[in-house]
Amino acid sequence: MTQLDTLQATTPQKKKLHPRVKALLRPGFLLGFFILSSSILLAVFPWAFAPYDPNAFDFNAIQKSPSWAHPFGTDNLGRDTLSRVIWAYQVDMQIAFFATFFAMVIGVVVGSLVAYHGGIADVLFGRLVDVTITFPFLVLVIAVVAVLGPGLTNMYVAVTLVQWVYYARLTRAEIMTQMTSDYASAGRVMGYSSTRIIFRHLLPNATTPLITYWMTDMALAILLGSSLGYLGLGAQPPQAEWGVLIAEGRNFITTAWWMSLMPGIAIVVTGLGFSLVGDSLADVLRPRGAS
Amino acid sequence: MSSLSYLVSRLLQIIPTFLLVMVVIFLLVRMLPGDPAIAMADAKATEAQLELIRQKLGLNEPLVMQFFYFVKNTLSGDMGTSILLKAPVLDVIIERIPVTAFLTLYAVCLSILIAGPLAFVAALNKNRGLDIAIRSGFQVGLSTPVFYIGLLLLTFLAASLRLFPVGGYGTTFLQHLHHLMLPALTVALYTSAIIMRNLRSAVIEVLDADYVQFARSKGLSRSVILGRHVLRNALISTVTLLGLSIGNLMSGTLVTETVFAVPGLGRLMLEAIFARDYPLIQGLTLTFAVMVSLVFLFTDMVQAWLDPRLRLS
Repeated sequence: MTQLDTLQATTPQKKKLHPRVKALLRPGFLLGFFILSSSILLAVFPWAFAPYDPNAFDFNAIQKSPSWAHPFGTDNLGRDTLSRVIWAYQVDMQIAFFATFFAMVIGVVVGSLVAYHGGIADVLFGRLVDVTITFPFLVLVIAVVAVLGPGLTNMYVAVTLVQWVYYARLTRAEIMTQMTSDYASAGRVMGYSSTRIIFRHLLPNATTPLITYWMTDMALAILLGSSLGYLGLGAQPPQAEWGVLIAEGRNFITTAWWMSLMPGIAIVVTGLGFSLVGDSLADVLRPRGAS
Repeated sequence: MSSLSYLVSRLLQIIPTFLLVMVVIFLLVRMLPGDPAIAMADAKATEAQLELIRQKLGLNEPLVMQFFYFVKNTLSGDMGTSILLKAPVLDVIIERIPVTAFLTLYAVCLSILIAGPLAFVAALNKNRGLDIAIRSGFQVGLSTPVFYIGLLLLTFLAASLRLFPVGGYGTTFLQHLHHLMLPALTVALYTSAIIMRNLRSAVIEVLDADYVQFARSKGLSRSVILGRHVLRNALISTVTLLGLSIGNLMSGTLVTETVFAVPGLGRLMLEAIFARDYPLIQGLTLTFAVMVSLVFLFTDMVQAWLDPRLRLS
């Protein structure tokens, strides 16, 4: 009998996957991860993937429709559209990072300080949020670009000036929730400095929503960057950037549709990659114990 | 009575926000290097004309006084003269407001027509094939830039199939509807992608609510439950979501107007930026802020009307 018991006990049961592992194996995450890693590869090594020089004119191949030689066709100056789309990864992935990263850093620091110390700073911050959401985001950004002048660097400055408020608002809300927890009170009782409590105890517990938001925001930054490029306020031609490429193709849309269509697909796919990974990360990073 | 006091308190809240909005717009032009008078005037302006502008803006006085002059001028309807159009900024803007307002409203109606039924279908088929298909579709929509949606619609429906005009606004109401169909659809597709996810969860939440369970146990028919209980309560979240997305909607309108050459405020804003027409940029930024706050206010009112709990608490 005892032997049978041990036998039953050691019989391999159906393996139960850890919920985090399960979240990582979801098709949405796998697809998003694949898209993101290929995008990063294309951004870092464009010369290894682009079949032609993105800026080389070929007057024998003007506005050629997609073929084996030119899978995405060629533009009005005979430049290979595929190569231009690939070289644009560099610029647009940069936009995704630079248009969000500094806003996040500033927003996280200001948001946690305001939440922790409260008082007049918190009231003023509340007003600032009210004002910021009163402007349509794009209107405020392009108004700042209008003052600074068009271009990528000025676009980063403009977006950061506006976007940090949204990060700060999110951080503030997260820290406020964390502050009611026992470990925060414990830290205060132990006499830890506010800097230590905020950055060592409260913030690490607020990272999940922040990272998820950051991922979504990077997707939005690519949309914003390409929109500004399309409008002529972001990256400037002849630099290959998806929005700029679409704008270049706009005048030839009936004769050479591929000039605008192809860069747009790159935007959609990359944006999708960021948001798919962002969605799944929320499940992967969720604290232990929560379901 | 309680509705009235609610309205008044809500109106009073706008005042401090608006003062700060004015500060932002005021500082925007002061951020420019050099003399703001030169930025606010025509390139060919004489020294005497510049002096006149300096006096009107109070540029020889401290910054606080300059701000005071700015608020005073704006409140009396004087926002300067557009360099680009050589006309008072206020007149230029008032002329364009109906176009953008029409486009925005049109887009709101279309996005309710698109997102509403789809959110319902998705919620009723939660986690089944149809739900996943609808959600994936909107996820792709969320990753598509507005100008690209517009360009695709323009190419296929207007340029190739010739179903709609390529641009413009028309003169009669029906012409407006026809001309603005594609721009409004562009903004609506983008807006419904934004509100769709939240709307679906809102419907699911309502479907699980006690009063719906109760209605079901009373033996009410499915159509009565959906029509009377679920729809009304889901409408509250739709209104809130649309109201909160008004900033996004306006941003979308700005880009769409440029793609479709619609003579509205958004296109004017871009023209003003390329012409470095700072009085017009200031005026337009303020107009957008006013429109957004009015929509926020209107949203609160409609919400209070739809949801008695807000009014009475």
